[in-house]
Amino acid sequence: MEQSDLKVDGNAIGGLLREIFTMEVTTAETTCAGCGKIHAVGRVDVYMNAPGAVVRCPACGQVLMRIVQGRGRYWLDLTGISCLEFSAEPT
Amino acid sequence: MSSRGPLLWRIGEVTDLIPETPRVSSLVIDVPDWTGHVAGQHIDVRLTAEDGYQAQRSYSIASAPEDGRVSITVERLDDGEVSPYLVGEVRVGDKIELRGPIGGYFVWRAGGPRPVLLIAGGSGVVPLMAMLRHRRAVASSTPVKLLFSSRSYEDVIYREELDRLAGGEQPPDVVHTLTRSQPSGWRGYKRRIDAAMLEEVAWRKHEQPEAFICGPTPMVESAANLLVAAGYDPTWIKTERFGASGGG
Repeated sequence: MEQSDLKVDGNAIGGLLREIFTMEVTTAETTCAGCGKIHAVGRVDVYMNAPGAVVRCPACGQVLMRIVQGRGRYWLDLTGISCLEFSAEPT
Repeated sequence: MSSRGPLLWRIGEVTDLIPETPRVSSLVIDVPDWTGHVAGQHIDVRLTAEDGYQAQRSYSIASAPEDGRVSITVERLDDGEVSPYLVGEVRVGDKIELRGPIGGYFVWRAGGPRPVLLIAGGSGVVPLMAMLRHRRAVASSTPVKLLFSSRSYEDVIYREELDRLAGGEQPPDVVHTLTRSQPSGWRGYKRRIDAAMLEEVAWRKHEQPEAFICGPTPMVESAANLLVAAGYDPTWIKTERFGASGGG
């Protein structure tokens, strides 16, 4: 199995993100702290083969987010995102 | 439906099982207090073994929002943890744990003026079928084309329903390509989606279409790149990639 076989996108972690943020996040826009490119969360690259989800910028490959879940807790690393923008109104 | 607030696990009851191809079945699920969905959204399904081990997968919703029931269409992956149960073992009347609807990016609501291009690889057709069923349910006249890549004629999911839709009123334009084997006399495409095929099938860039592409990651990325090369603005293209084979 190649690395590309394990690559999905932000839609695949919509449920997990909803658990954490208690709102729909795949329509939010992320700004990559590395290259500054903006993408919808549904569009970003996601690798599920790590012990958790690793979210990468589709433009430059930098890690945007790492999400690990276990023993009743979440670990959420957002250092790769400089801004997360989303609607204040429920869609 | 609300896009705010926690998403609760619910118990749905399987009310119908529909074989689609030798390896693919649809499950119609009655979910009490279902709050509705938008075409393109998915649900998470969770199975719990007797020892407490849990496995969870996402499945696109295949039914139109107007349907009221939730149906999913599942491809059986023999080494998967969840799909062999959903395709083969589950019976009408069984209960399934699920949560949803999930997702707001890869969705389409009828009513906009822009023509729509749908590109599917294999079971990637499922959320696009929800869009076609939604379009049909609301008698939308939005021009829609579906380019659907399958391995063989027998592997074409929803084949008869797509034929009916294409022969109905305000029909979508349905184009198949069969990449591995073709029945004798097949006059359609018989190769993977490429630039020449998109040149023949896709809306022109001056028509400012919306495009939805769903399927295995390599196929989705290839098709999206080809559309951008053909002049599509990247913001016109929404993609949903499910890895090489769907994740099991």
